[in-house]
Amino acid sequence: MAAPMLRWCCLGRRWVLACIDGGSRHGRGAAIGFTSSRKRGQSSVAQQPLITAQKSRKGEHKWAAVVGLEIHAQISSNSKLFSGSQVHFAAPPNSLVSFFDASLPGTLPVLNRRCVEAAVMTGLALSCRINKKSLFDRKHYFYADLPAGYQITQQRLPIAVNGSLAYSVCAGKKPSQVITKTVRIKQIQLEQDSGKSLHDELRSQTLIDLNRAEGQLRVDANISVHHPGEPLGVRTEVKNLNSARFLAKAIDSEIERQIHELENGREILNETRSFDYKLGCTMPMRDKEGKQDYRFMPEPNLPPLLLYDTASLPPGADPQQVINIDWIRERLPELPSETREKLVQQYGMLPEHSFALLNEVGLLEFFQNVIKETRAEPKKVTSWVLNIFLGFLKQQNLAVNESPVTPTALAELLSLLDRKAISSSAAKQVFEELWRSKGKTPSQIVSEKRLELMQDEEALERVCHAVMEGHPQVVMDVKRGNSRAINKLIGLVRKATLSRADPTVIKEILEKKLSS
Amino acid sequence: MWARVVRLGFWSWGSWRRGFTSKADPQGSGRVTAEVIEHLERLALVDFGSQEAVARLEKAIAFADRLRAVDTDGVEPMESVLEDRCLYLRSDSVVEGNCAEELLQNAHRVVEEYFVAPPGNISLPKQDEQEPFSHN
Repeated sequence: MAAPMLRWCCLGRRWVLACIDGGSRHGRGAAIGFTSSRKRGQSSVAQQPLITAQKSRKGEHKWAAVVGLEIHAQISSNSKLFSGSQVHFAAPPNSLVSFFDASLPGTLPVLNRRCVEAAVMTGLALSCRINKKSLFDRKHYFYADLPAGYQITQQRLPIAVNGSLAYSVCAGKKPSQVITKTVRIKQIQLEQDSGKSLHDELRSQTLIDLNRAEGQLRVDANISVHHPGEPLGVRTEVKNLNSARFLAKAIDSEIERQIHELENGREILNETRSFDYKLGCTMPMRDKEGKQDYRFMPEPNLPPLLLYDTASLPPGADPQQVINIDWIRERLPELPSETREKLVQQYGMLPEHSFALLNEVGLLEFFQNVIKETRAEPKKVTSWVLNIFLGFLKQQNLAVNESPVTPTALAELLSLLDRKAISSSAAKQVFEELWRSKGKTPSQIVSEKRLELMQDEEALERVCHAVMEGHPQVVMDVKRGNSRAINKLIGLVRKATLSRADPTVIKEILEKKLSS
Repeated sequence: MWARVVRLGFWSWGSWRRGFTSKADPQGSGRVTAEVIEHLERLALVDFGSQEAVARLEKAIAFADRLRAVDTDGVEPMESVLEDRCLYLRSDSVVEGNCAEELLQNAHRVVEEYFVAPPGNISLPKQDEQEPFSHN
């Protein structure tokens, strides 16, 4: 059936670094608990009463919301978790299905090594404890896209537990007010995913494609509210939220709904709900079901999964048949937190900048390429990349790799700026032109538009002198102590030089003349 | 926790046994309530059909309950008879699939290359009456 999935409880990688408005009146901020992750499928939910923000209304008891996320992430592998069928999107229906995937009698699951490695890597990256022994279970329920009538998962003893993830949140209105939060990961588990159902309501039928389920990353949220100090409230599950924004909205609206129900004397049902994007609120999903009873049992066809480290590796073991956690740990790529730390150390940038650079696909590489080719200071590069460059991208909704401005071009521009060949405002003009017209280099644009800064200081002095002569009143004002008057003079000189003079230099010259 | 699950030929009941007996009667006098039967029928899609079948179930539970006579204090539960076996790890290569035609031959109904199933578990707001799941 479906492609191998990894389920963990946390926000997906990209989303974790996004700025979440922490100013929600429910103060949902930190209340994110992780649940398990499973490969090709599900995670178990765990409600962890983390620190929650409170909402108070008219002096009533404060409410605290508790949120647990189940994240299903598809493992990047060639074949499925328990069969040798291909994992590929957009294939003809049921073409990537083996006899096992179709649950034909007599077929057995065979565990994919790569999936186990991926699970261990994920566990290590999320600072989990890797269980050297983990078990597989069956979770039974009936649905057309689950032909076996059960899903193989890791409910009792999953492959990794007790991890954590640090992420940043925009605490206030200012983008610089970024605080770091940590969220716990209860567990990570390997599991199967289901197939895909297409509901044909017209003909009252469901079409089933057992290749794989939709969505490489899916999140379900478990939400409950309670008064701090009291036991946890009844939770509801909101399923299949596919974007961080809708996830946030769904959670917020569900918290609101629960508080509203409870404050009006009603009860919360332990049910599954879905988020109605149009209405902006959650709606009940499964009816008449009451509490699901999955009748968990050990998967009888799979022995325990044993993992080793260098110390415990059995001598003479077939390397294909054993997995060494230490070996995997050594091969972990540099994790984002390490990359960010390096950026801060190497370039002296603020932590929030390092987050921003990693938050956008390809941006870090772009930044690093610019740094390589320019002699401008890293802080300048950071500022330009994060503010101006990123600003232009966002405005036109482009990805970094769709940018009309190459790292080389920006590097050249910043070099020009650095050696004061052009002014800051001229540089912005050049950038705009670079964005609009392909193929031109910054130097070309500068000479075309005659944006070069006046290098001739004598000529500049002459202009200053002329302006001062032409505006005796203003000069008097300055001499009388009006500090703002000098800015007027600077403005006049700039105009006279068609903005080709550096305001700092102008100011210096004027001050020298005025004091003499 | 998982008590020692011994398969006395009651394949599906093993792990549920613990569930029912505690629901039905902690002392194990063996009555299984109609409520529990209904719950089971819905969960497992089995049809008890007759009082005889329920009586058989109760006898089976009573028989399995004799496990309680065994003192398992300090004994590590056995999760699987395969616990000493090695779990074989397959290398990540594509060796199966591409047999849609064969697989679809098994299906009662097919639309293009999809299996066809009755509708089920559709979101509440749209539907009014939900047909009970009919097997076949």
